[in-house]
Amino acid sequence: MTERFSRDRIIGILVLLPSIILVGIFVYGFIVTTIYISMTDSNTVQQLSGTQPNFIGFQNYTTLFTATVDAGRFRTDLVNNVFFTILFIIACLVIGIGLAILLDQKIKGESLFRTIFLFPMALSFVVTGVVWRWLFNPTSGLNALPTAVGLPAFQFDWFISQDQWLKFNWQSLPTIIAIILLGVVIFFALYFWSHKRSQLAAFVTGIAILLLASLALDIPSRFNGLRNPEAKGFNLALLAVVVAAAWQMSGYTMAMYLAGLRGISDDLREAARVDGATEFGVYRYVVFPLLQPITLSAIIILGHISLKIFDLVFVMGGGNNIQIDMPGINMFFTTYRGGQTAIGAAIAVIMLLMVAVVIVPYLWSSLRSEVQH
Amino acid sequence: MSNRKFYALLLIASLLLVLGIASVATAQEDLSGDLEIFSWWTGGGEAAGLEALIARFNEMYPNVNIINAAVAGGSGVNARAVLTTRMLGGDPPDVFQVHAGEELNAVWVAAGRMQPLNDIYEANGWLEQFPQGLLDLISDDAGNIYSVPVNIHRSNVLWYVPANLEEWGVTVPETWDEFINTTCPTLQAAGVTPISIGENWTQVQLWENIAVATLGVEGYNGLWDGTTSWVSPEVTSTFETLGQVMDCANEDMNSLSWQDASQRVANGEAAFNLMGDWAAGYFLVDLALEPNVGFGWATTPGTAGTFVMLSDTFGLPIGAPNEANARAWLNFVGTAEAQDIFNPLKGSLPANTTASIGDTSLYNAYFQSAYEDWTSNDIVGSLAHGAVSPPAFLNGFASLISAFQTDRDAASAGANAGALALQVGMVSPQ
Amino acid sequence: MAAQTLPSRSSSGTTRKIGRIVIYALLVILSLVFLIPVYMVLVTSFKSLGEVNLATMWQLPSSLDFSSFGEALNELSPNFANSLVLVVPATVISAVIGSLNGYVLAKWRFPGANIIFPLMLFGMFIPYQAILIPLVQFLSQIKIIFNPANGQWTSLYGSIWGLILVHVVYGIPITTLIFRNYYAEVPNEMIEAGAIDGAGFWRLYWDVVLPISLPGFVVVIIWQFTQIWNEFLFAVTLIVNPASQPITVALQNISGSQIVAWNVQMAGAFLAALPTLLVYILLGRYFIRGLLAGSIKG
Repeated sequence: MTERFSRDRIIGILVLLPSIILVGIFVYGFIVTTIYISMTDSNTVQQLSGTQPNFIGFQNYTTLFTATVDAGRFRTDLVNNVFFTILFIIACLVIGIGLAILLDQKIKGESLFRTIFLFPMALSFVVTGVVWRWLFNPTSGLNALPTAVGLPAFQFDWFISQDQWLKFNWQSLPTIIAIILLGVVIFFALYFWSHKRSQLAAFVTGIAILLLASLALDIPSRFNGLRNPEAKGFNLALLAVVVAAAWQMSGYTMAMYLAGLRGISDDLREAARVDGATEFGVYRYVVFPLLQPITLSAIIILGHISLKIFDLVFVMGGGNNIQIDMPGINMFFTTYRGGQTAIGAAIAVIMLLMVAVVIVPYLWSSLRSEVQH
Repeated sequence: MSNRKFYALLLIASLLLVLGIASVATAQEDLSGDLEIFSWWTGGGEAAGLEALIARFNEMYPNVNIINAAVAGGSGVNARAVLTTRMLGGDPPDVFQVHAGEELNAVWVAAGRMQPLNDIYEANGWLEQFPQGLLDLISDDAGNIYSVPVNIHRSNVLWYVPANLEEWGVTVPETWDEFINTTCPTLQAAGVTPISIGENWTQVQLWENIAVATLGVEGYNGLWDGTTSWVSPEVTSTFETLGQVMDCANEDMNSLSWQDASQRVANGEAAFNLMGDWAAGYFLVDLALEPNVGFGWATTPGTAGTFVMLSDTFGLPIGAPNEANARAWLNFVGTAEAQDIFNPLKGSLPANTTASIGDTSLYNAYFQSAYEDWTSNDIVGSLAHGAVSPPAFLNGFASLISAFQTDRDAASAGANAGALALQVGMVSPQ
Repeated sequence: MAAQTLPSRSSSGTTRKIGRIVIYALLVILSLVFLIPVYMVLVTSFKSLGEVNLATMWQLPSSLDFSSFGEALNELSPNFANSLVLVVPATVISAVIGSLNGYVLAKWRFPGANIIFPLMLFGMFIPYQAILIPLVQFLSQIKIIFNPANGQWTSLYGSIWGLILVHVVYGIPITTLIFRNYYAEVPNEMIEAGAIDGAGFWRLYWDVVLPISLPGFVVVIIWQFTQIWNEFLFAVTLIVNPASQPITVALQNISGSQIVAWNVQMAGAFLAALPTLLVYILLGRYFIRGLLAGSIKG
């Protein structure tokens, strides 16, 4: 019996082996190549002429974070991408759960509505980008819709808006991050103290004191590599990208939430109602907590889409609108229009790191929880 | 040199000549196999022009199977990405489209991936038929010529509707100062957009026009070899002017394609539009307007007597799988016959001076006037279309213009462009 | 007592009714909002090129002009066929691989599986631009396609098989994930019962696991089908011969570098979206069911 099982297990490994090898080459092998390229001065001309690139360490990364030759485009990309990711995820989650709750009310024609909300996902960003470019035209696009019913036209420049909120100087970013970190650490310190886990609490408090001291001594500002101030902020033009991307992907979150809602038995909700919970209370205390794992996996899926977003912004914004520029576009242009392969590879590696920051803890924690099972 | 040696050489030379002619003549029937032509001409008149060329070529060489490998989008950006990837992957096409100038020289020639085509030029007598200024753009210092131009476009043209200007009481501005101080306020008071501008690359093209007007031909050319300093007050003033012109323009410029921007002039929403002369085809064919009546044109302010040009050419990469067919294609597209097939459809000037430019049934009124300028003006290359800077500079400069649109910091735009020129190795540090 | 309950019941009935009306009204309004871009595509595609204009984009066409559809169909039909040749095998192969992988990882756990799985999973998150150049170089070195016409071996690069391989490989993480989570819900007792009856690896898969896999297959097929059908980056860089390019590339090629025929573009966009729409409409019901069956828990 055990012998059988171990033989079958070997068959299992053999079945899995081709996939492991392929992923090993196509993912990890190529990633290693890209990381290597990012640490050289490789460019198109060099590659084409067959000369060996020179190893230059982290110089390309320094260039990205300190050079002003392209007016700090990459730094703008990072800021844009962070704001876009946050708004895009929130929009998809809110719209998705709203639609799912509406559809969960035993609706006639549910499949029709569901298909309508889901179908944008079936389209290519290449197609939808063109349509949205039209719809966001400030004079004749969506803005003109209210005039059809006699209302004044809507005033917003969408993806060509030049307005900025939450302005800050890139040079003070280390300080801003330190302050945000301090807030997080203080929160955890209070949390651990109130839960009587004094060892952890003391540890976290220690970190907080260190952070506070470094802020008092103005240490974070020394991590700044820029000589001159560089204004950054939340570009309102990003709202257009959020709308277009959320239109396309909120149907997916809806489907996930809907599946989750269908998985919650009616008995459970009925039990809550019998206990005197209002319809709102049923959602607040029974349904939403059960949907938490779905929210988490939705965040992961949406997060990685937004971190690597490319075609939508490329087609909609023409690729050179710095207000909505993203690292993926910069990478494409730097590599293929500018021929600066190594700098493009460095951007790609940073994108990869950003994705990894989101994904790896998630993979790790879901793995751990499974092992504990 | 002794007489005998001289005669021997002469004999060899004439033998070679005869053999060469013979091989050209027999090639007509002999060629077979594939010919892959790589370009970004996928739509409109340019695709029609390419297809007409292919059709004629197929009559000459019925056994050659032509693969029209065109990649669309973003005035060639996607195509260049694909071409780079293919060349790196060791899979070059037989011939590919490339802009004359640095786009050809700083990448493909610098990497040693192109074949010199001097023999083709000599066999066809093209050295006398193509303008020397154009040949300089596609040659290296040793005199090797690396591509065959099929057309000429001009990027310093200002478009308008004559009747509208009259109605609004303005004339075509002669200088940017006149435009900013006189034309623009008058038009704004009349509720008309003084100038319509489109997305990023059209803004780069606008800057290049201002730079030619402000710096003059020599100063403009000096930007690309380091003799004009990017931080000089003159260069800073080009960016200041750009900002002032943008203030006179439509606010939604980033959302408009060049056609949308040109259309605003035709519709009477805007007075002027600065665009390359492919706009002539758009006004004429797509909007069905009559030259000099429905639409008029002038050189952009301050650039009278200068022709800012770009040219589409075909080059032969080393390792082209069907080199004989590729050479036959190059031998064909440079001829007056081919240029007269292609250019009327594409809406451009022939690069070969023996083409029938005088034939008004082929070339309309705009091209008649443009050709006069082409043969008499100072010629400079266009930045926006890859003629004067390596691609890495143009890529960074596009970002600079996009940032300038927001911050309007002329001094730092100039300084950053200067640093960029150094970083990409376009100029050497002093 | 009865006197007390009756009015309250009817009032709750009217609130219920109002609630229903509000729900339906919301759904209809939201549907209309979601359909705005579709309206734009259809309206534009029925216009003639002369009528296409930003200023009048919302207006219905003055007359129904089908020529743009004819033109789009004419230009796209060969590529439409190419896309089918690409999508069907790529989807089927990656579904089968995903199912087998999921079966192994869920039911035949071996030491190290807990490390292998997340490492595989990470592959679905990488930005694909990052690996494009090594990918092309790699594919052009793999010369395994035999051309009987000239007796030569050519590389995977530039062939539809190369593209299928790429889509299958980069599809392995997601398909494995979906099936593994799906099979994790299948009680181990079912497998063990089968094993006691003497069934081995393949028999258990065939007799026990495969018959209950339909919802998993539906989710994977929908996902892979739309992903591969809509994919642009790999398609444009790996397939160079326009005669064998998939439809997304051809759709881009309808627009020239300078003149864009928007009506044809929109008509083409509509035609290109039909297969995926069809998949969603036909399989949409199973999609939710498949997600429900446990596929989404990551």
